[in-house]
Amino acid sequence: MLSRRHTLGLLGGGLVAVCGGPIPVAVARVATDRRLVVVVMRGALDGLAAVPAYSDPDYRALRGTLALEAPDSKDGALDLDGRFGLHPALAALHEMYRAHELVVFHAVATPYRSRSHFDGQDLLENGTTSPLGKRDGWLNRALALMGPADRRLGLAVGQTVPLILRGATPVGSYAPQQMPQLDGEFLSRLAALYQRDAVFGPAITEGLRAQQMSDEVLGDEKRMGGDNVRGAGPMRAIATAVGKLLAAPNGARVAVLEVGGWDTHANQGVLTGRLAGQLRGFNDGLAALKEGLGSAWRQTAVICATEFGRTVAVNGTNGTDHGTGGAAFLLGGAIDGGRVVAKWPGLATDRLFEGRDLMPTLDLRSVFKALLTGHLGLPSDAVERVVFPESRTATALDGLTRA
Amino acid sequence: MTTLQTFIAVTRFGLGAKPSELQSAAGDPRGWLKQQLQSGSTLPQRLAHFPTGSQRFAEFEASRRRSDAALQQALRGSIRESYIAEAGARTQVQIDSDTPFRERLVAFWSNHFTISVQRPPVLGLAGAFEREAIRPHVTGRFYDMLLAVARHPGMLLYLDNAQSVGPTSVAGQRSGRGLNENLAREILELHTLGVNAGYTQADVREFARILTGWSLSRPEDGDPGTFRFRPFIHEPGTKTLLGVQYLDGGIREGETALLALSRHPATATHIATKFARHFIADNPPAAAVKRLARVYRETDCDLGALARAIVDAPEAWAEPLAKVKTPNEYVVSALRATGYAGENEKLMQSLRLFGQAPFAAPSPAGWPDTAEQWIGPESVLRRAEWAMALGQRINQFRPPDTLVATTIAPVMRRETQLAIERAPSTAEAVALVFAAPEFQRR
Repeated sequence: MLSRRHTLGLLGGGLVAVCGGPIPVAVARVATDRRLVVVVMRGALDGLAAVPAYSDPDYRALRGTLALEAPDSKDGALDLDGRFGLHPALAALHEMYRAHELVVFHAVATPYRSRSHFDGQDLLENGTTSPLGKRDGWLNRALALMGPADRRLGLAVGQTVPLILRGATPVGSYAPQQMPQLDGEFLSRLAALYQRDAVFGPAITEGLRAQQMSDEVLGDEKRMGGDNVRGAGPMRAIATAVGKLLAAPNGARVAVLEVGGWDTHANQGVLTGRLAGQLRGFNDGLAALKEGLGSAWRQTAVICATEFGRTVAVNGTNGTDHGTGGAAFLLGGAIDGGRVVAKWPGLATDRLFEGRDLMPTLDLRSVFKALLTGHLGLPSDAVERVVFPESRTATALDGLTRA
Repeated sequence: MTTLQTFIAVTRFGLGAKPSELQSAAGDPRGWLKQQLQSGSTLPQRLAHFPTGSQRFAEFEASRRRSDAALQQALRGSIRESYIAEAGARTQVQIDSDTPFRERLVAFWSNHFTISVQRPPVLGLAGAFEREAIRPHVTGRFYDMLLAVARHPGMLLYLDNAQSVGPTSVAGQRSGRGLNENLAREILELHTLGVNAGYTQADVREFARILTGWSLSRPEDGDPGTFRFRPFIHEPGTKTLLGVQYLDGGIREGETALLALSRHPATATHIATKFARHFIADNPPAAAVKRLARVYRETDCDLGALARAIVDAPEAWAEPLAKVKTPNEYVVSALRATGYAGENEKLMQSLRLFGQAPFAAPSPAGWPDTAEQWIGPESVLRRAEWAMALGQRINQFRPPDTLVATTIAPVMRRETQLAIERAPSTAEAVALVFAAPEFQRR
């Protein structure tokens, strides 16, 4: 069934200009019941800690004190496919895996091959092959293909918009409300004052719109939730709210969540400790997101990715330094899961990237592109030209989502 | 009537006017700024009585050794209290300082060399780090600051170097412990050369080897938490950093490397760019960056000279509202204007609300310094809500004319003036002053 709003969107589609692409692209007819959540894990997740390759002959020697036991032993990894496991803190993800709702990618990376967090994150978010390749985010460029800009299909979580969602297409936003809301009269006077300011003008327009939306969907729940989502704040309270906002019939369809705190250079721990705590928060956050989405979970894909992996070998201080290949998670009711997708390079020294890092054998953009085309139904030529230019070598993966 | 030049001096270079300071700045705004650079580096009275970083480390270490539970309790209790006390005092210093340009420089350099309380060992130490490693050097030499930073327990713990061990050192061979690259990489990438300056992974590795042994005294060594070079964990042998060989020289290797990095042309450009971004515009003009970099090089890394050069840069005086205030700058400037500071807990709440609690940056890159990173759909509303709460709490501005006169008058637009005049209550009028773009920019 097409809503009236949807119909208008289709009619107006041809007139929407696409920013950033040299050639105007027809706006796709989008399946607006599909949801996509991108979880940006800032700080470089240790893929081999989250997804131990316990069957690799070199795993135990290289991982040393950080190695997890095989699934059949006490406190062992949660088995995936006889080759790979999940960290025991990821129990909810393991359940999803068994319900065929989770695909785990391994030996995956963006095209970035240096080791700066900040450049690595810029590239993960701008969708090009260099940190300054574009000033807007690939997800924002994808939104331009999805539907009319005034529909606010994108949702930024937090007080500001992360790079991956920044760009010409306006997006909605959500942050927990902590002070009394202002009355509409005052806000409209303020909006008038901001109108001609290039920074404050657009921000308040979007803010007022977003406030109305989150009031409708969340009501008093808006007041709950922790402080800063950026960084190590609790993901759970926020994820529930985001799930509900995405589930709302006229809500956003694409959201970005950020989780920091993955930069585990020292004493990262195994079953307990710093990284285990992080993973548990992540696990609980994703479970909360699923709960918040309710029945919309069936139409949802959640991709969790980080800027790069960490060194295969444990470093001198029971942690790991900046690396290259790592793990990513794709989950949701729309996912054809229960599989590990990994062209495993092996952990022998001569198979490692620069003799130290997990060799990437899969480009993250192959996953992102598959989600934009296969899940959201965007035309692949436009995705190729506008969203991920320079990505010819990263072919979209087949069959990630259920038909 | 405040002139535009005075307005720029007190808002862009300073921390927003205290009503009393407008007169001092008025005659010669540039001179007023430069004079603050000569005022010496004495610690503000409010910060004088806090314990040293070493004492803070000893407190942390004692709890840690007692038990995990004791440490968790201390982190939620006494250590957290000392953090709040000092973070609050430091913010109060910003609110009532008579040398606000100097305080801005402290905040700038403190942010350049970020350590963050998001890592538990830093929670009690962050204030001491700023007091001991940053403050004494804001008008001194960059390499003195860099050296103080690299020796401070705050940085050695935050970026893990205290634990880094040379794999073939005496201790390394015995224990099997080894390198941690974290501090070495971030000094190259964030503190000195900048990310695309041409260094390689091998340079990071070599620099990490050079820095092994830069560590801390433990309780059994006496004087716990003070800097201690540990020869037994220092990696022996020659190292090559950026094509330069460092012969086996113990602590001297690191000292020489830090000096060389400070003097590197890429460091001059990196620092000049950040400085110009902070004082001129998010995308600073290339000519100004080039000039500042030259000053830095020609004065042998003199940060006082750099600060004088930015005061003399015509670009910094050309556009009065080019920068958007960070949350910290926003809160501090509003409280300077009203003279209302409130207690520490409240102050911390305000800063947390905007996601900028003191010393809590999300990564070693520090807080961002561009508008797009701070202003978004939610943050504009949070700022307006905060402005309203402030308007409702204070009542000395009836009518708000004096507040306008000491804040946004020189840059106020007609529509802002009308909105303030037509506000139905004083609280709303005051809120409008603080929520106006003219006040939220600098």
